Amino acid sequence: MGDPALSRRGFLAVSAAAGLGMTALSGCGDDSDGGSSDGTTTIEWWNISTTQPAKSVWAGLAKKFEAQNPKVKIKIVQLENDAYKSKMTALIASGKLPDIFHTWGGGVLKQQVDAGLVEDLTERTKPWGDGLLSVAREPYLLDDKVYGIPFDIGMIGFWYNKALFQQAGITEPPATWAAFLEAVSKLKAKNVIPIALAGKEKWPGMYYWAYLAMRTAGAEALQKAYDDKDFTGPEFVQAGAHLKALVDLQPFQKGFLNAAYSTPTGQAAAVGNGKAAMELMGQWAPVVQADSGKGLGDDLGFFPFPAVEGGKGAITEVFGGGGGHALRRGAPQAAVDFLKFFASEATDVELVKKTGVIPVVPGAESALTDPNIKQVEAQLKGATGFQLYLDQAYAPAVGQEVNDSVAALIAGSKSPEQVAQSITQTTKEEQ
Amino acid sequence: MTSTFLADKRSGPDADHPPPETVRARGRVRRRVLHWLTAVGFQVPALVLFIGLVLLPMLFALYAAFFRWGGFGMPSDYIGTDNFTQLFDNPVFLGDLWRCLVLVLLSLALQLPFALAMAVLLNQRLRGRAVYRMLFFAPYVLSEAITGVLFAMIFAPDDGLADHLLGGIGLDGLGGEWFADPSYVMATLFLVMMWKYFGFHMMLYLAGLQSIPKELTEAALIDGASPWQRFRNVTLPLLAPTLRISIFLSVIGSIQLFDLVWVITQGGPDHHSETMAVTMFQYGFKRYQVGYASAISVVMFGICLVFALAYQRFVLRRDLEGATTTMRGDGK
Repeated sequence: MGDPALSRRGFLAVSAAAGLGMTALSGCGDDSDGGSSDGTTTIEWWNISTTQPAKSVWAGLAKKFEAQNPKVKIKIVQLENDAYKSKMTALIASGKLPDIFHTWGGGVLKQQVDAGLVEDLTERTKPWGDGLLSVAREPYLLDDKVYGIPFDIGMIGFWYNKALFQQAGITEPPATWAAFLEAVSKLKAKNVIPIALAGKEKWPGMYYWAYLAMRTAGAEALQKAYDDKDFTGPEFVQAGAHLKALVDLQPFQKGFLNAAYSTPTGQAAAVGNGKAAMELMGQWAPVVQADSGKGLGDDLGFFPFPAVEGGKGAITEVFGGGGGHALRRGAPQAAVDFLKFFASEATDVELVKKTGVIPVVPGAESALTDPNIKQVEAQLKGATGFQLYLDQAYAPAVGQEVNDSVAALIAGSKSPEQVAQSITQTTKEEQ
Repeated sequence: MTSTFLADKRSGPDADHPPPETVRARGRVRRRVLHWLTAVGFQVPALVLFIGLVLLPMLFALYAAFFRWGGFGMPSDYIGTDNFTQLFDNPVFLGDLWRCLVLVLLSLALQLPFALAMAVLLNQRLRGRAVYRMLFFAPYVLSEAITGVLFAMIFAPDDGLADHLLGGIGLDGLGGEWFADPSYVMATLFLVMMWKYFGFHMMLYLAGLQSIPKELTEAALIDGASPWQRFRNVTLPLLAPTLRISIFLSVIGSIQLFDLVWVITQGGPDHHSETMAVTMFQYGFKRYQVGYASAISVVMFGICLVFALAYQRFVLRRDLEGATTTMRGDGK
């Protein structure tokens, strides 16, 4: 028989076997775990400070900590907000979190805690952690245990253009919902866009509904409704109806349904460029307005979300949240030391001065200079009630459903009753 | 290993009286087994990757689709087909299916004919046709994310290029809420898709056109065929295999559309531009309802699979003949 064929086949067989072997080999040989051969510990620190000046200030702080602790190396991983959330989803599924990671507290943190991935910091941070501003600590307290240390706290309120308000003849910021609707009408009458809204991103719209629910049903109601799995109470429907009354005035900029928040054609830029008179946004609003638009400078003012006539909530109750850091379960002591360093007065003063955050260390208060931020801080200190951002306080599915249904209400495809029902239904399915 | 073992064992007892036929049969079996082993050996590296990175995750998604599962740990809350029944009750998902159909039909009715027309045009002798070809193909090379950002800016209300251009020629009234109006968003989105992908199909057709022998067109010309007759009776039939492949790619692409939509509208306003992949992403990565999201991906996969198989069986059969390798073909 033809032997060349056989030998060819033999060659094929051998090379096939070689292929097999290569595959087997490539399976081995990857077994490193950020080791510490020379006694230094490397800590991975994941945060979402991707914008200046925070980005470089934070990097500088890490360097400072490294200088104070020569045996510790800090590896910073900075991710943009949404990218961070997606990445964390993947990491959580794999069960391995970074040593120090950004958290907003609330329901998302609770899920991570329930999955056994987060370090209990109650004892390890007691001596210095308990002295931090109590509103700021609240989101990270779960079942009376501390799972995170705040570095920022803030709240949602209206940021408005004083010049445009004056032009429309509005002498003082509205304190009631009726006065607010009237102000919107006055602005519209002057051909000024009353409100900028990022409809594409959904969460800015949710603020309106959440605040209205707090004002009609009281500060405790949102958490209670979540725990009872029932959002169908008359106050919640009323909240939706109040929002509908606002939407019916058509107060938002052209094309708001596809507007983003921080892009050059987005919500913040519309206010920052003086095209829209106000936006309902957190304490970071001035920075983003100046970053994506021109910024308003002295024309910028702040007023708290108005009270609703006959509602159970007070104008002093705040809807907000901040930023904090949590540790993965089993993170080295150096990570706890870093949290302590980051929550020290010296660090906080630097953060307040350079990045414009609201102090969480009482002693750092004096570093505040911006009158608007001072007003926000005063509001926070005098808060008579607190509700954490819903997309953080609730399980993700419920938080997203709130965003989604409120967006539908604003787009005109859901009634206030349907919003209450959808949220209730998702809450029931989720728990 | 197994083969030699089997062969040895067989040759043991039969060795005394080996009827010639058995010997030949044995040799054939032996060759066959070796053959298989060789083939398998070559495929192992690719197979390992394929199984580990494609097949197993797919099977796992199928498994997870029957659980209420948030993505933490292993799925444990078995709920049967609940995810699927809920899915087909979900107006957003039903809307996804409808929008998918609309996109497929629009692509077939507008995008591919346009690409074909451009290909025929650029197949003529034309000054600077290489430049045109490159220009039309360029959008396809651009990443989806960049395209998305670009068009979000072009179609921004008031400030966007589209509104400025329309305003410049006195059509201010037409400039509108391109991506923000629920009734226009799909049309605008399709415009972007067409811009992005027609160049790819055009290139396919150009390649196809160039493989059509000139003699045939010349013969038709001599026989007095009109340009339309030449196109209809010579070009089109000979381009058919390319057309069939291009339709296939276009349909599958429409079913799986994600990046463009995500960057431009995130499925909005109010779900009016959402696709199946966007809905899946929302549930899987925003709501952490991974079981439910898996159900969506399983349905998506099912649709693609049924379409692909049916299309191959009934439409592509002629084109694929002789193109695939079988074990039988080369043995003897």
